[in-house]
Amino acid sequence: MNCDRVIRTVSSYIDGELELAIQEEFEVHLKGCSGCAIFVQQTKLTVKIFYDAELADLPAEARSRLHEKLRQKIREAQR
Amino acid sequence: MASAKGGDTAAFEELVNRYERKIFRLTMNITRNREDAEDSMQDAFMKAYSHLGSFQEDSRFYTWLVRIAANEALMRLRKRRPNQFSIDEPIETDQDIIPQEIEDWGPSPEQRYAQTEMREILRGVIDELQPDFRVVFVLRDVEGLSTEETAEAVGISEAAVKSRLLRARLKLRQKLDRYFRQSGTQ
Repeated sequence: MNCDRVIRTVSSYIDGELELAIQEEFEVHLKGCSGCAIFVQQTKLTVKIFYDAELADLPAEARSRLHEKLRQKIREAQR
Repeated sequence: MASAKGGDTAAFEELVNRYERKIFRLTMNITRNREDAEDSMQDAFMKAYSHLGSFQEDSRFYTWLVRIAANEALMRLRKRRPNQFSIDEPIETDQDIIPQEIEDWGPSPEQRYAQTEMREILRGVIDELQPDFRVVFVLRDVEGLSTEETAEAVGISEAAVKSRLLRARLKLRQKLDRYFRQSGTQ
């Protein structure tokens, strides 16, 4: 395993999709390469930050319009 | 769910109440346009209501709803930005994904920013991401869909999902690096 290979497989590593033997090679490389260890940690953090972030709030008026449209659709369907 | 499927409108409204915020977040994250996000959300719930009868109860309702909403959002995004979508893999050189230099971000770099400031940074960063990559990233890493579900929702192969997800994650890391590297914020 070299640095280039770490970069190309980091996504599969984060998702736990590497074969066990490859995963072990990956982790051995990280122990001896501080640059790759930092890179993997930063990539994991990037995924986590976006997962945790609430980037869009549903505006109250958009919610009202949604419910009004749905009620209208339900009324039409029930006729 | 069973009540909603059986025609109980109050039960369906309860499902809407439960998921409306998440669905709006999804459509907003994909379209990055407030009007398109709202229209996509409305149409997704309308379609879900119309097709409740065909929903297979052995799959998760939320996943089913996400697929419908993602398709609605994608349709609008493609219409608004037709030139930014590719049928095949986007052609990129490897140089685009290989980090040039790695600098430590220090512990909890995100906590160096106020919450509102952090949200602005993340919105800006995800806005800059190419739509092909953004859609896959949002479905996989924000909504938690599987590779298979994402492939089905976007209409690409699982291999393409993996390839785009790798590139999206690396590009986002690279963009966050501007804000998080210690030398840049101290």
